[in-house]
Amino acid sequence: MNLEYKVEGGDFTSAGLASSQIKKILKQLNVDPAVIKRVVIALYEAEVNIVAHAYRGVIKAQIDGGGINLTLEDEGPGIPDVEMAMTPGFSTASKAVREMGFGAGMGLPNISENADDFKIDTIVGQGTTLRIGIKFR
Amino acid sequence: MKVKDVAQKLGLEVYSAPEGLEREVTGGYTSDLLSDVMGHAKEGQIWITLQTHKNIMAVASLRDLAAIILVKGFKPDADTIELSAQEGIPLLGTKMQAFELSGSLCELLK
Ligand SMILES: Nc1ncnc2c1ncn2[C@@H]1O[C@H](COP(=O)(O)OP(=O)(O)OP(=O)(O)O)[C@@H](O)[C@H]1O
Ligand SMILES: [Mg+2]
Repeated sequence: MNLEYKVEGGDFTSAGLASSQIKKILKQLNVDPAVIKRVVIALYEAEVNIVAHAYRGVIKAQIDGGGINLTLEDEGPGIPDVEMAMTPGFSTASKAVREMGFGAGMGLPNISENADDFKIDTIVGQGTTLRIGIKFR
Repeated sequence: MKVKDVAQKLGLEVYSAPEGLEREVTGGYTSDLLSDVMGHAKEGQIWITLQTHKNIMAVASLRDLAAIILVKGFKPDADTIELSAQEGIPLLGTKMQAFELSGSLCELLK
């Protein structure tokens, strides 16, 4: 099964919609709740990062019997230092975004904790692509 | 203990989703950082926060939390109430601040 969702930068009112849709689908497919939880955490964080840090993006989800592969490709500023970005607590979120309770610098660490495979490709000034793979068993 | 028992014993205001009051509570989590709650709260917990915007409902729903309690008399945004009703996850409120409320909830759930 292949699914696709668009995400707009700055649009916090729709943040989490793709995560919520995919959660429903995985439930219908009777995927282990512990696995669904990991997918939801990783996808939500990646989705919110597009909203908080990029201009726009596309989420692609590919689901088969073995697991789920998520690709989140955005047009945005890119990440100059990926290792630093992955450090818990590191954030460049704006004051307004922090006041909403985002910007703790916990998103990328959450993704890495919950994914079986996690890869970041980024070009400064162009955008970022995250690849997240989670196996169903 | 159910959400409704917590609401009654702590004198909480119910803003929305009364049908969710029958849900069993497994514990509590106090934080105003959404990624913290996303990554570390557990299913069935009550989330204590001062954030009032709609994204808290998205997090509560994605992580199957039992309810959210807003502290210090903060009122939920209109679209937060809407999403709460849609998801059936109650939004509750109190004048207490997070420290006091967390202590009381902790005592209650012992
Ligand atoms: N898609 C992206 N485009 C550009 N920069 C990004 C992107 N995703 C993450 N970053 C950078 O990496 C930093 C760390 O991201 P991370 O998700 O861990 O924390 P955060 O988004 O700042 O806060 P939180 O996720 O806790 O709300 C961000 O502050 C930002 O500088
Ligand atoms: Mg983030």
